[in-house]
Amino acid sequence: MAKGSVGTDLGSAVSRPHPALPCWRGRAGWAIVAAPYLWLLGFFLVPFLIVLKISLSETAIAQPPYVPVLDFTAGFRGVKDFVAGLSFANYFTIAGDYLYMFSYLKSLKVAAVSTAMLLLCGVPLAYAMARAPRAAQPLLVTLVVLPFWTSFLIRVYAWINILQRDGLLNQAMVWLGLIDQPTTWLATDTAVYIGLVYSYLPFMVLPLYASFERLDESLLEAAADLGCPRWKTFFVITLPLAGRGLGAGALLCFVPIVGEFVVPDLLGGSDATMIGQTLWTEFFANKDWPVASAVAVVLIVLLIAPIAVYQHLQTGEIEGRR
Amino acid sequence: MRRGVAPRPDPTAEPLVRFENVSRRFGDLAAVDRLNLDIYREEFFALLGPSGCGKTTLLRLLAGFERPDAGRILLGGRDIVATPPHRRPVNMMFQSYALFPHLTVASNIAFGLRQDGIGKAAIAARVDEMLALVKLEGLGHRRPDQLSGGQRQRVALARSLAKRPQVLLLDEPMAALDRRLREQTQFELMELQARLGLTFVIVTHDQSEAMTVAHRIAVMDRGRIVQAATPSELYEQPRSRWVAEFVGDVNLIKGLVLETCAGEAVIADKAGRRHRVAADVAAGAQVFIALRPEKVRIHAGPAPHHAPNAMRGQVCDIGYLGGLSIYKVRLDDGDLVKVAVANVARTSGQMFSASDEVWLSWPPDAAVVLTG
Repeated sequence: MAKGSVGTDLGSAVSRPHPALPCWRGRAGWAIVAAPYLWLLGFFLVPFLIVLKISLSETAIAQPPYVPVLDFTAGFRGVKDFVAGLSFANYFTIAGDYLYMFSYLKSLKVAAVSTAMLLLCGVPLAYAMARAPRAAQPLLVTLVVLPFWTSFLIRVYAWINILQRDGLLNQAMVWLGLIDQPTTWLATDTAVYIGLVYSYLPFMVLPLYASFERLDESLLEAAADLGCPRWKTFFVITLPLAGRGLGAGALLCFVPIVGEFVVPDLLGGSDATMIGQTLWTEFFANKDWPVASAVAVVLIVLLIAPIAVYQHLQTGEIEGRR
Repeated sequence: MRRGVAPRPDPTAEPLVRFENVSRRFGDLAAVDRLNLDIYREEFFALLGPSGCGKTTLLRLLAGFERPDAGRILLGGRDIVATPPHRRPVNMMFQSYALFPHLTVASNIAFGLRQDGIGKAAIAARVDEMLALVKLEGLGHRRPDQLSGGQRQRVALARSLAKRPQVLLLDEPMAALDRRLREQTQFELMELQARLGLTFVIVTHDQSEAMTVAHRIAVMDRGRIVQAATPSELYEQPRSRWVAEFVGDVNLIKGLVLETCAGEAVIADKAGRRHRVAADVAAGAQVFIALRPEKVRIHAGPAPHHAPNAMRGQVCDIGYLGGLSIYKVRLDDGDLVKVAVANVARTSGQMFSASDEVWLSWPPDAAVVLTG
């Protein structure tokens, strides 16, 4: 909706001809408006349609490993044969097998719990960064981003070392006297949560920091002046005004965590897999591209809901500010 | 309006606010430097000074946003230095207004009352009363960004008044308004202050604003108070050259006191002219005669008989301001004297034109002799 209105605004501005401007200005204007849509068309919509198409196919021992294949050389007949060969059988398979459902629910649960934990860790961290002396803030931001300089995979492997039976965590806890015997961390849900919170913390901290940093200091002073203690000001002024950063951070973490593959695969157990792992198994172990594609399509549909809610909130806020 | 003469603070009364040797340093800079000041109950008090003189720091010290490095701040006889801002019975209206953008106008006004745990009905009644006070009835449900600049200013005022603070602090409250609205708001503020009987402390760099609204003004320079007095005292009896030049327009004539007799001093300037000024100064002192432009009379030649302190000069510049005309007159020795003349008659036009020869004169009690 918002995008549409931006387009027409620009369009009307462009179509009102200025006598001194040559007409190519109008075309350039349209090109600028169209560029992001073309990008989305080429790199999101077309690949999605291909996946959707495969999800409606049947698996086959062939190259590619599914039928029907769209054959444009056969003309209209080819298209007709292709459409006749499509079916929703794979979706029924997914709906009928509780393992898939379980995998989806597990993913949503893991994503929700880790997002909550990320908020609990990220909010104080981002707030402390924003309140730090101005001169120190660029350094703090760099420190948050610094882990990205090492490969994600290597960092997760490092966690295997930390969490294994004779790893750093057990050693430290035994030394501190918190536990008598080393415990099992690896291949548990706890390990998955540790890995996820660690990996996604920058995505939570950066948008939150941006929101907190923008906060007008005089608002906090006004709250104090009107009798509001500091801790309460944080909840009634700071957090509500950081709403956009909270939404962005939560979404930036929640959505990719639902589809996360590496962390649960390397740190988690094999008893309950997340949807990313299920997808991987279908594609690479079972070589069942159509079912794997159907799993992916359902995942996208599931994730559209929170994104749409966030988008709605954001446009509401932008319109409210006008 | 409300007052004929500004009430003189009773020196025996206990001041509501007292600064005692208060200092606040930022690094090497002393924003407030061993400052002493008393503000009395029901006073409309202005802190006036150029930017960077420490007036805002002084206000923030009173609100509790800054802590003094030395000295005491008393409110009603009690030292409040250790009291955090949210426990001080003092409210501030911020220069930026600092309205909470995510709350409605009514919620903004109610914010302070909610912190005190007042009942819902009482809060609603108080909010309505405040909205009526600042003439914003019916706008309680709006968000701050749906208001004009003038309306936002009123919301900020209502919010800071809602708790009936012992002292209301106003930090450049009219800086963002256009001139017309500013003048109107000044009178409304005065009326409000008189009606509510509260103590207002306003910070401003605009001397006409301070003179309009305040009972007393403290002129600040480099962290210290140069003079604290009523507007008319400041203007007519400035204590130093700095105050005379900062408040209003002034002609300064440097001279040496030759003799004093019967409350009148004879002062010789560098051109050897002798000026008679009603002042009590010691003979032999180096002084400045401070002479306001509107107190100088201007005549066409020849030299007026018996006119005191007559000087000859030539009009070199004329500024027509409508109600006033400002003549810049170059004396024979090259010094410039500014003369302000009210344009009383409509048809007279300009009394003089450039390069006219004129005579200036002023009575002995028109000028002030400054030693500092």
